[in-house]
Amino acid sequence: MGTTLFYILSAIILVFSVLTVTTKKILRAAVYLLFTLIATAGLYFMLNYNFLAAVQLTVYAGGIVVLIIFSILLTHQINLNLSKIRTSKAIVAAGSALLGAVLVLLTLNKYQFTASNEPAMDASVNSIGRQMLSYGDGGYILPFEVISVLLLAAMIGAIIIAKKDK
Amino acid sequence: MIEGISIYHIITVSTLMFFIGAYGFMSRKNLITMLMAIELMLNAVNINFVAFNKYLHPENMQGHFYSLFIIAIAAAEAAVAIAIIINLYRNMHSIDVEDIDQMKY
Repeated sequence: MGTTLFYILSAIILVFSVLTVTTKKILRAAVYLLFTLIATAGLYFMLNYNFLAAVQLTVYAGGIVVLIIFSILLTHQINLNLSKIRTSKAIVAAGSALLGAVLVLLTLNKYQFTASNEPAMDASVNSIGRQMLSYGDGGYILPFEVISVLLLAAMIGAIIIAKKDK
Repeated sequence: MIEGISIYHIITVSTLMFFIGAYGFMSRKNLITMLMAIELMLNAVNINFVAFNKYLHPENMQGHFYSLFIIAIAAAEAAVAIAIIINLYRNMHSIDVEDIDQMKY
């Protein structure tokens, strides 16, 4: 059951990833990206990281994809076809991507990972929240605060950049 | 841990996803589609972090927290990138990288 589900999810991820980068219609690319992100959330659910999967669904699938679709609607006619890429450029890009993938896969498959048998840490929202806000050993309060400043800076920056000059 | 699935399966999927994103980044000319390719690559890295965390070090949660922070940074990055793209479109009426060469020379 778990294996079949994993193969289905990976097939969805790979097929829709390829469609995202090759489709001619830009709005369809955004929708295919949405499917990829949802399948990734499914993978997180299978690994028992429920909170991470929920964040993936809300922030990525709910936030970023909507933002991308919004920007497509602001900058394009919806059914505009993307300009065709030159074949030589596509071949060079595909060749280098393929070379990189083969190289990385060969290296990874040669390396012997030793799976740990220690009991998994509790990944409930309660323990995540406690660890995120603890300033003791293994706490993440500093990156948490830095992220909050970063988000504020990004928000102000985005407003200033996109604002119309009067 | 998923029954019957080793870490090699998951990192194979994420590697392929990463290089599909890399292909998209190299071959596309439209800024928004390039942004989508970057999101694909970030997502592949997230899967990697989570898989390593779950399979190799399940007793602590570093990979999980890294993924959370990457998601937050990706959201901030997308917001700023889209603001820049909208501004570019307003000034140049195009969002193809080949038309945007004002700072090239």
